[in-house]
Amino acid sequence: MKPSSFDYVRPNTLQEALELLADGTEDSKVISGGQSLVPMMNFRLARPARLVDIGRLSELEVIRTVDDRVHVGARVRHVQLQNTPLGGPLGSLLRRSAALVGHLPIRTRGTFGGSLAHSDAASEWCLLTRLLDAEITVRSIRGERVIPAAEFFVSVFTTAMEPDELLTSVALPVLPDDHRTGIAEFARRAGDFAIVAVLGDVTVSDGTVTAARIAIGGVDDKPFRSAAAEKALLGGTFGLDLLQSAAEAAADEVDPPSDAHGDAVYRRDLVRALLPRALAAGAAA
Amino acid sequence: MTATVPLRLLVNGERHDISVEPRRTLADALREDCQLTGTHLGCEHGVCGACTVLLDGQPARACLIFAVQCEGVSIRTVEGLSADDENLHPVQQAFWDHHGLQCGFCTPGFLMLAAGTLEEDPERSDEELRDILSSNLCRCTGYQNILAATRAAAAQMRP
Amino acid sequence: MTPRTATTAPADLSAPTSPPAEPPTWTGQPVRRVEDPAILRGWGTFVGDVAARDATCLYAAFVRSPVAAGRIRSITAPPGVRLITATDLAGVRPIAPELKRPDYVRVEMPVLATDVVRFVGEPVALVLAESAALAEDALDSVAVDIEPTPAVLDAAAAVRPDSPLVHDAAFPGDPNTTVDARLTTPGFDAALQSAATVVELEVSCGRQSAMPMEARASHAAVDRGTGRVTLHTATQMPHVVRTGICDCLDLDEDLFRVVAPDVGGAFGAKMSLAREDVALVFLARRLRRNIAWIETREENFLAAWHSREQRYQLTAAFTEDGVLTALGADIVADVGAYSCYPVTFGVEPLMAFAELPGPYTIAEYSVRSRAVLSNKCPIAPYRGVSRPVQTLATERIMDVAARRLGLDPVTIRQRNLVATFPHTTPTGLVLDQASHQEALVEAARQVDLPGFRERQAAARAEGRWLGIGFSCFAERTGYGTPAFAARSMAITPGYERVNMSMDPSGGVVLRIGASPHGQGLRTSLAQLVADKLGLRPEEIRVVHGDTDATPYGWGSFGSRAMVIAGGASSRAADTLRQRLIDIAADQLECAPEDVDLREGQATVRGTGIGRPIKQLARLAHHNSHLLPAGELPSLEVSATYDPGGTFSNACHVAEVEVDELTGAVQITRFLVVEDAGLLVNPAIVDGQVHGGVVQGIANALYEELLYDDRGILVTTSLMDYLPPTLAETPDIEIIHLASVSDATLTGAKGVGEGGTIGAPAAVLNAVSDALSPLGIELTHLPATPSRVRTAIRTAQARLSSEGALR
Repeated sequence: MKPSSFDYVRPNTLQEALELLADGTEDSKVISGGQSLVPMMNFRLARPARLVDIGRLSELEVIRTVDDRVHVGARVRHVQLQNTPLGGPLGSLLRRSAALVGHLPIRTRGTFGGSLAHSDAASEWCLLTRLLDAEITVRSIRGERVIPAAEFFVSVFTTAMEPDELLTSVALPVLPDDHRTGIAEFARRAGDFAIVAVLGDVTVSDGTVTAARIAIGGVDDKPFRSAAAEKALLGGTFGLDLLQSAAEAAADEVDPPSDAHGDAVYRRDLVRALLPRALAAGAAA
Repeated sequence: MTATVPLRLLVNGERHDISVEPRRTLADALREDCQLTGTHLGCEHGVCGACTVLLDGQPARACLIFAVQCEGVSIRTVEGLSADDENLHPVQQAFWDHHGLQCGFCTPGFLMLAAGTLEEDPERSDEELRDILSSNLCRCTGYQNILAATRAAAAQMRP
Repeated sequence: MTPRTATTAPADLSAPTSPPAEPPTWTGQPVRRVEDPAILRGWGTFVGDVAARDATCLYAAFVRSPVAAGRIRSITAPPGVRLITATDLAGVRPIAPELKRPDYVRVEMPVLATDVVRFVGEPVALVLAESAALAEDALDSVAVDIEPTPAVLDAAAAVRPDSPLVHDAAFPGDPNTTVDARLTTPGFDAALQSAATVVELEVSCGRQSAMPMEARASHAAVDRGTGRVTLHTATQMPHVVRTGICDCLDLDEDLFRVVAPDVGGAFGAKMSLAREDVALVFLARRLRRNIAWIETREENFLAAWHSREQRYQLTAAFTEDGVLTALGADIVADVGAYSCYPVTFGVEPLMAFAELPGPYTIAEYSVRSRAVLSNKCPIAPYRGVSRPVQTLATERIMDVAARRLGLDPVTIRQRNLVATFPHTTPTGLVLDQASHQEALVEAARQVDLPGFRERQAAARAEGRWLGIGFSCFAERTGYGTPAFAARSMAITPGYERVNMSMDPSGGVVLRIGASPHGQGLRTSLAQLVADKLGLRPEEIRVVHGDTDATPYGWGSFGSRAMVIAGGASSRAADTLRQRLIDIAADQLECAPEDVDLREGQATVRGTGIGRPIKQLARLAHHNSHLLPAGELPSLEVSATYDPGGTFSNACHVAEVEVDELTGAVQITRFLVVEDAGLLVNPAIVDGQVHGGVVQGIANALYEELLYDDRGILVTTSLMDYLPPTLAETPDIEIIHLASVSDATLTGAKGVGEGGTIGAPAAVLNAVSDALSPLGIELTHLPATPSRVRTAIRTAQARLSSEGALR
């Protein structure tokens, strides 16, 4: 359980980091908190030839609200989000989601951007960015580009980033108070990766759902947005009956994988169980 | 073999000038290079928590961080928990008083987890304590006395 | 079985002195453990620490088979890699444990696989390098070419005539069947025919890992001058490891020393000889180099012994009143590819064979119990050994029968639990005493069964599923040579021996053959001895785990150390006490009967006259000419204890809430009414119960080693194999009863395994009780959420289609 050898560089500035990523070194990998990468390296499932440690890039550790966007720096740690004073339905969703990321000693090290770049389809942050149609900013010496979450996640451990690009920040929309957000996930033990996770964001006006977003993890090789559930919710009267019919629609729509943690039938059952819980529990925002 | 790099670690207030390969985890560097073998390795993939240490006061898995990443970080291990060889830290004392350990292999990790979080905030609720203590695995105690000991330490540490 | 006791001392062998008149000062107190301060400061010494402190040692890493069954074509490595294969170990004997039974098929386990591999993870070679990381680099460079052959992965298929064979051995019975024990009492068929109702049930258990927090670890150090090797190894039985390795290497045991330093948990998984250790010692001697092997967690799952995989086909005959008159069982234990040394792969099936009737008065019994080979990791003992599944069998039968007969779970058990003692079971075991009825009644009173039924009904009306489950069992503990001899073990463990000495300063050293690894035995034994000698526990130093420093012994396993090593220590302390009293009486010119040892003084009862014990110790060593005539100038005694064994018992109760939609089970209450006899250290006893129960809950709901259809283990990390955390653990309530057994010297009965034995059945009974409106009876361990959900989904579909038909 000792990793393969690698070279290690720790740039002091963002520019230096981008230059390193562009220097043509084969199998170069960015390490941020390392909480997903290092276990894989210890198992030798990942064998990068070089690690670029972005731990000194403190400009990436900032959460900043500008107009109707909250910009979360790539190196913001999970524990920072768990304790964020941010108000409203977004703040609530961030805190609840962060509390479900691993355990405290993981949350003190692991980072928001690292989790997205790792692209695990059941990860809370991948789901949350997909749910809220976040905009993900990546930079290279070639310049900066913004990738919509819908395009960012390509597959398990695969994103739309090029090898020379570094994820720098993520723009999340500030959610007005008429949004109800929530998360429900099912894991065998506290802190484990969810077998299925459901995040929801619905806008309710006079009891009627006027906008709905549902993201589901553990049912696809990337964070899944359930068009069927969103359609079922839209225009309906918000309540348990509506949530249950949306859950049925989502369960019919998904085509989940089967593995030792649960087969496809069971994962569909979990979608049925969790979707109403995600939003019923979050009803108070 | 990749060349080793010189490194200065600050552990329990003492400087350790060592030379390690970049792939050396902090846990291995503590155990092998600093000869601080109180930090144990139970899984080396971040689940069991036996290797939990404090980095700048916060609990972290020493198997999931490389020693080279820890320059300039204040590292605290179980050997640095009590102020001296005569007295025990309140968490150590409580684990002794409440039979919070059996084989003792997971114990350093639990001590660091409990000490780190209680030093930050001894007023934590019972629910928070349960959540925090569920970060690590113990195979002997069934957790009952680990929880009891941590509650007792918290009471002791409150102002 | 008569307890066998003996002491060897110059004085009278047979007579223990009268015990101290007053109540004991230390025994029965929750004394803080002497083991703890060093560990709390990070100053313990585990095997990995020995390696970390040895800058010169080489590290071994084992090349393991990636296929379940096959023939090795070649194993190669690039130049410069120090590769060791079976060829390099020529002359090393295989490990071949034995039972002297006609149905036992002996199979050999080579130290490194030769020609044939039999499970994924089997060591086929090893590499040596200057560090653990470099050894893993070397491991990566080794090419293993194995031609796969058909694998045996299912016990039911393994016994069919056309099954491939795991070993080319002559099987007198079915293929791959290495133990086949049978017994039918004469009245069994008649009892079955006259039954009011017959319950037929199949129960089964997946594979579980004992999963000590410290995986296996060994460090072999060579004295370059003499060539003598010292092996520090994480083991429960250092003396047996020494014997096993010396037998493999044809070595006199005095040329080899084994040390078990601090051991990070074991639970049975460190009581079988590791083939890796044999290789390490052989190479350390050959190369005259220190060599360490620190097992990884992945290796521990792959190769460090599994347990529990069993299937029971059960037939239980009941009268109308719910009396269990006959029990039939066809038991198949999937024991993996090899036999564990010393207890063999008979350990699970033969335990089940002998002890299935448990605490119940079952008059007629018919059993067939088999060990069946497969191309999976070998099984070895794990806390509870088979009894968690046995208890699942009997306790599920009780609840299923109760539902059918309209009885409540307490009543049906009351009608069947043994109430008069001694009771001889159909397999000849004698339950000498127990409190089965009392424990059940107390448990039922504590949980208020009628009150629970009301809450359950109210919850059901709200769509919530609550359940309660009882589990009663007998835990055979503290058994010595007679019990192991009955199992026909070629190596027959059982007795324990201790040496005790007092030095000129009055310090006492107790050297034991038992080998604790977290149980706090140093503290408990010190409490016992302190009371006998009038000293404080911290004045008694207990030495264990070093074959150079302790008498030959069997180690710590099978809930035996406090009973057997405790009995021997008690015996030795009695003798030493008498020696001190005789010396004191001579000095004080009084009768020995008038001397008492208390608080470091030998005093004449009823007077203030006395002598410090330290002074007596000094005199015995340095002024021996002043000793009474006939006294030898030493304060050293030895004692052996070899009891027939006794039984602890308990009743566990679990209350659960089942999440209908996810199948998740939450344990809302867990109660243990435990009878382990005298509690030497109540805190330590409770700790044993706590830990055992949580491992039992793990067995019930969380942990399972899973192989895929090619025989590849898929649960090789702690993300896939799931020991519960505190978040999954309920508060555990414990109530103690204390029946006294004449079969133990100290009054203590064993307590190490009970928690794991009772909890799985209690939990599955509770889940089945919760889901009883759906007609669900769960029978497989673990009841994972997906399995529970599947049962609910299936039952609801069945009920709704029945409703549609109606």
